[in-house]
Amino acid sequence: MVDDSEIMTTTPFVPAGNRPIRALGLLSGGLDSTLAVRLLQEQGIEVGCVNFHTGFCIQSHTGAMRNPREGAPPPRHDALHAAQTLGVKLHLIDIASDYVRIVTHPKHGYGKNLNPCLDCKIFMVAKAWAMAKELGYDFIFSGEVLGQRPMSQRRDTFPVIDREAGVAGWLLRPLTALRMPETEPEKRGWVDRTRLEGFSGRGRKPQMALAKKFAINDYPSPAGGCCFLTDENYARKLRDLWAFRQQREYSMEDILLLKAGRHIRPAPHFKLIVGRDQTENRFLSGFRKGRVVIQTRNIAGPLTLMEGEVSSREDRLLACRIAARYSKGKESSKVAMSVEYEGVTEVMEVFPLPAHELPDQWHV
Amino acid sequence: MSDSILEIDARDLLCPMPIFKIDQAIMGVPLQGRVKLVATDPGIERDLPAWCAINGHVLIDLARKGRIWTAIVEKGS
Repeated sequence: MVDDSEIMTTTPFVPAGNRPIRALGLLSGGLDSTLAVRLLQEQGIEVGCVNFHTGFCIQSHTGAMRNPREGAPPPRHDALHAAQTLGVKLHLIDIASDYVRIVTHPKHGYGKNLNPCLDCKIFMVAKAWAMAKELGYDFIFSGEVLGQRPMSQRRDTFPVIDREAGVAGWLLRPLTALRMPETEPEKRGWVDRTRLEGFSGRGRKPQMALAKKFAINDYPSPAGGCCFLTDENYARKLRDLWAFRQQREYSMEDILLLKAGRHIRPAPHFKLIVGRDQTENRFLSGFRKGRVVIQTRNIAGPLTLMEGEVSSREDRLLACRIAARYSKGKESSKVAMSVEYEGVTEVMEVFPLPAHELPDQWHV
Repeated sequence: MSDSILEIDARDLLCPMPIFKIDQAIMGVPLQGRVKLVATDPGIERDLPAWCAINGHVLIDLARKGRIWTAIVEKGS
């Protein structure tokens, strides 16, 4: 490490066109990407950031959809708040449509669940590099740390990302740079390598110490995951969707619905999504179009969506019995249910399905 | 200031879609033009002020009625 006065006198930060060096960072809003920004800002580099929306991002908002705690502060988008704290421009980019092929056909395969981490990183880095060139940034950077993630943050995968994203030499990883070959911004003297870090591994203590040094106190829990595709339960539901449609495709509605409710598949040709509380019922209510909507008529109960092949009255009856099981009338001998489909409402009086008639394997 | 106001309905959309909608919509608005956003995602309470601050827009008003938030944003530089 060298002191600041030495840096100011020896490092040529204005090498081209008499303007500051500009770097575009991939910002999730987590601690690592936040620190990466600060490390470069400390060197006088003008930083902008990009945050990609894949449709699978776990934000506290999605958690708040269920069981919001009384009096808890409203949820927030981490990258937005990190950008505000850091004082940087943030480009919010929706890549959800283009991202489908990454999830359905990853060249490098999946991690533990349906997480295509390596393909995902290559895709995002390539997008960021294209944006950097278009917007006049000189290089790109990320908060990746060697050895922190088992699939994408490894010594053997970093070069794969750089090569396949077409960015070899131009992607700087400030938190782990001292363990990596020099990048072009370092070679050209735009970035002072001695003021970068050499973090590695899954531990977060060095990051927390650096955060303290920079007086960064408000950051999301470092242990938190950032993608639903790494979640075992979510991945199981997505696999179920693909299996019963017999194709690896999904719509934005599909992946949103997988985040909410109990998913129950009593038969290969139809599935139920049963709201677990009022907020989920409200959320599911926004997805009525093209689905059967089942609700209790006179007592409190969930909103249930039925999707797939729904033309059989027998199937709708079974769906009502299952939905009634999760209502206040589950111990009753008869519960009145309304069944709405394509503008027509039908009333069915059903005996709620007893627990022993609902096999575990129906739960997706 | 322009008299016209662009209205964006972001009800029933979860984070970050309300912010995406206003981010895209405001591109077509002249400087100091105003945009009205209606949303049901409670995150808008914290996200919209942050988004305005980052982009130099002015949050004129943000009010909640029941589970609906209505905001007025003036486009900045």
